[in-house]
Amino acid sequence: MKKIEAIIKPFKLDDVKDALNQLGVKGMTLTEVKGYGRQKGHKEIYRGAEYVVDFIPKVKLELIVSNDQVGEIVEVIRKAALTGKIGDGKIFVLPVEEVIRVRTGETGEDAI
Amino acid sequence: MISGADTAFILVSAALVLLMTPGLAIFYAGMVRGKNVLATILQSFIMITVISLEWVYLGYSMAFGPDIGGFIGDLSFFSLNGVTSAPSAVYATTIPQNVFMIYQCMFAIITPALITGAFAERMRFGPFLIFSLAWTILVYNPVCHWVWGSGGWLAARGVLDFAGGLVVHLTSGMAALASVLVLGPRKGLGRESFMPHSLPMTLLGTGLLWFGWFGFNGGSALAANGIAATAFISTHLAGMAGMGMWLLVEWLHRKKPTTLGAASGAIAGLATVTPGAGFITPNSAIIIGIIAGFSCYLAVNLKNRIGFDDSLDVVGIHGLGGIIGTICLGLFATKTVNPSGADGLFAGNAAFLTTQVFGVAVVGAYAFLVSLILLKIIDIISGGLRVSHENEVLGLDQGAHSEKAYNM
Repeated sequence: MKKIEAIIKPFKLDDVKDALNQLGVKGMTLTEVKGYGRQKGHKEIYRGAEYVVDFIPKVKLELIVSNDQVGEIVEVIRKAALTGKIGDGKIFVLPVEEVIRVRTGETGEDAI
Repeated sequence: MISGADTAFILVSAALVLLMTPGLAIFYAGMVRGKNVLATILQSFIMITVISLEWVYLGYSMAFGPDIGGFIGDLSFFSLNGVTSAPSAVYATTIPQNVFMIYQCMFAIITPALITGAFAERMRFGPFLIFSLAWTILVYNPVCHWVWGSGGWLAARGVLDFAGGLVVHLTSGMAALASVLVLGPRKGLGRESFMPHSLPMTLLGTGLLWFGWFGFNGGSALAANGIAATAFISTHLAGMAGMGMWLLVEWLHRKKPTTLGAASGAIAGLATVTPGAGFITPNSAIIIGIIAGFSCYLAVNLKNRIGFDDSLDVVGIHGLGGIIGTICLGLFATKTVNPSGADGLFAGNAAFLTTQVFGVAVVGAYAFLVSLILLKIIDIISGGLRVSHENEVLGLDQGAHSEKAYNM
């Protein structure tokens, strides 16, 4: 089992969610986050005063999937989140040791 | 002969009507999401600048200048040339003409501001400014002349509109209808919650609008007299009846009365009584408020069923209120209240009802068609009326103005 963490532009969330729903992904967790990568922050001016915005708002999606689905799901997320411009985000894939469903106590892939 | 009392009253009324525009701004701003608050407020506020300028150079003259064929005023009052502290020969002859001019200016300001509720949360600022200016010139000014201008052809036919059921509410309601059709719904309609971000703000706005409405309707008597008092009382009674009726229907239908329902009902009652305010008895005003509360509630519910995204219910409240109010005037008007008015159906004059229906049909069709054409043209020449998908999700406050309403 793997955990996919995707950090994407907020306005692409609907597209990504719809694409994942079409694949039959059963659930996900969403967090509003801020950050920067190679994009860095940018300067803004308000009423003549300049300030630097380091952390840019993004959303982070987390989902746990079986090993054989990983490639397909990552590709779907990447396509749906793509604008081609800097700041489109990143996708991380991490190993997951165990999953337990709280209600039933099921474990492993049955609990996904 | 200038009357000091009339002059003082109309100056105060002008200030009251101006206050309605900031009142409307926060009435609307409370109903949008937290990311579109400032953009919504600014759309109303900036009309004070755009339309006041337009009024000085074009608007007053087009609406109230010497008549050309019943359709429009000529441009002889350009730059308020000749509009002085001497009274006009034809309008409000007991007050200086410049007092009448500035009072009417406030009506011209709030009318395009009313439309903004329909396309809230999704229209670009630049095209919005172009539309509002062009709309005021091509829709508001002519209709104002037809109905209120000396020699206006609808007025000559006997159409009555005491304070703007046709000129203000129906024109803005039809423009709202056109803009919803052209712009389409907000992203996420029916999937995301569009809950109002601050209902206390909306209720405060309702209170300010109600307060200002006394100047809007009471001042439309254009004198400090009994007709002003009649209009003042009608306004208050219809507002309270509209609020009560909306709440009651909502309570029975949805099991719970809401504060947004109270605000909407009050505005529905106030808007609906506007055309008749100075021509009807207090009893009729209460009936009109009840009809308004009931029918506008139905209209707003129907909107949700058909997926028509008039964000803040300009069509269902102002458009419908203008129609119902103007037609109700055809039913309830009586010369016993105002000898310079008319007798309606219930006073035995069915012909006046027909006249009012004719007025609604003409103004409604004209305002809708011109608005639709304007929006289509501006959509093409401005590179699109709608904000980008990215800015719509980010919110117009940051996307268009680089500001946030709440920095916490």
